[in-house]
Amino acid sequence: MKYSIFSLVRAALSGHKNWQRTWRDATPKDHYDVVIIGGGGHGLATAWFLASEYGIRNVAVLEKGWIGSGNAGRNTTIIRSNYGLPGNTGFYELSMKLWERMEQDLNYNTMVSQRGVINLYHSDAQRDAYARRGNTMRINGIDAELLDLAAVRKMIPFLNFDNARFPVQGGLLQRRGGTARHDAVVWGYAHAASALGVDVIQNCEVTGFTRDANGKVTGVETSRGKIGAGKVGMAVAGSSSRVAAMAGLRLPIESHVLQAFVSEAIKPLIPGVMTFGAGHFYVSQSDKGGLVFGGDIDGYNSYAQRGNMPVMEDVCEGGMALMPMIGRVRLLRQWGGIMDMSMDGSPIIDKSPVDGLYINAGWCYGGFKATPGSGFVFAHLLARDESHGEAARFRLDRFRTGAMIDEKGQGAQPNLH
Amino acid sequence: MRIVCPFCGERELGEFTYLGDAKPVRPEAGASQDEVFDYVYLRDNVAGQTSEYWYHGDGCRAWLNVTRNTLTHEISAVEPATGAGARQVAK
Repeated sequence: MKYSIFSLVRAALSGHKNWQRTWRDATPKDHYDVVIIGGGGHGLATAWFLASEYGIRNVAVLEKGWIGSGNAGRNTTIIRSNYGLPGNTGFYELSMKLWERMEQDLNYNTMVSQRGVINLYHSDAQRDAYARRGNTMRINGIDAELLDLAAVRKMIPFLNFDNARFPVQGGLLQRRGGTARHDAVVWGYAHAASALGVDVIQNCEVTGFTRDANGKVTGVETSRGKIGAGKVGMAVAGSSSRVAAMAGLRLPIESHVLQAFVSEAIKPLIPGVMTFGAGHFYVSQSDKGGLVFGGDIDGYNSYAQRGNMPVMEDVCEGGMALMPMIGRVRLLRQWGGIMDMSMDGSPIIDKSPVDGLYINAGWCYGGFKATPGSGFVFAHLLARDESHGEAARFRLDRFRTGAMIDEKGQGAQPNLH
Repeated sequence: MRIVCPFCGERELGEFTYLGDAKPVRPEAGASQDEVFDYVYLRDNVAGQTSEYWYHGDGCRAWLNVTRNTLTHEISAVEPATGAGARQVAK
């Protein structure tokens, strides 16, 4: 099914009763060249890039629930490429460039909206840190503007600028940042990958690996039977340690719960994405009018997909410090997702020590913006058996060699990243 | 989630700080690089019942060993963490 203005008019004239399924709900075959575990954004993007860029179309994506039912459907939909450390800077910009052409690539409206991401600063030291990060971005060809107080006042006049404890002094703005419709990203990749022959298989939980005499992974055991595979890639976010354990691996990862929140719909207020620099609070406004916001992870290991009150309170306090006028806005919904928190806050995209098994994990709570880039470099790794240049530092052994990529400088304490 | 501190009674989660899995034991000074790497970076990341360290910072400031299920957040046991203070309590 190809989408265009004509298909829309045609469907409208027939009362929108003749839309076809946008992707095939496939049943598993006996064998695939590549099996990808995890039908979230990253897994489906990987399958699409394998099929479209690397010519490998005999691919299956296995999802234990329904596609996009994990973190792909639970995030705050922010896209940006404002990272400061070698390894991250280039990779997230690669991802941003892929966001910018995603809708044309996939023939699917993923509602990519580059309406700007501004990180507010509240002290001289924070301004210096943001100036440094902005310079790093600009040296690498990424847009960044350091705004002073007057420029921020003009852009977002409703902030509590004169907060006694956390006065707003300015902000680092990336105009190309913004948001995308998270569910549509999942559906778009499924749509485009499925059209190229990729099997998207739902309700198919991986329960183990099949290995040959040398220990090489030859396939997966699933709730829908054995499936053979030339190579197996895992992109399962919060379940990374559980899936890796089936192959006898222990990862430098802890699973933590991150909550997100949506308020009732209000009139258009927030122009892009804003972050509060004195606490941890980020907010945007959805097209339906709800404020979509979040903050820190809860801080304790969890697989429960729900959080607790202290962080909810902390996040709402962050919002109130920034814009006291939202105090009367009611919270509409709140939910949790399970983050694969790595030991340095950066991802792992690498071969595993087990032959035939490839790892895409450790996204912490920044995986959504990475979706297209992650799919692209993971497909490269699976197809060529070598890391893509922009992902060359995301090695599994960097924790052993000391080549950490620790943006926050927190050390091996995953709940602080 | 509430934690029943053995010293203070049932308190809300916000009073506590999390350290993590209580199982890894710091290697001796002469340990191999592999042992240290394992201790610092690798985790079992258990899905299910596990024991972990929590610090009652807004209460008695004791370190606690909490047995908790990471799938349900259900807490089944809270004990003083091993150390001089815990030994004092046990007397």
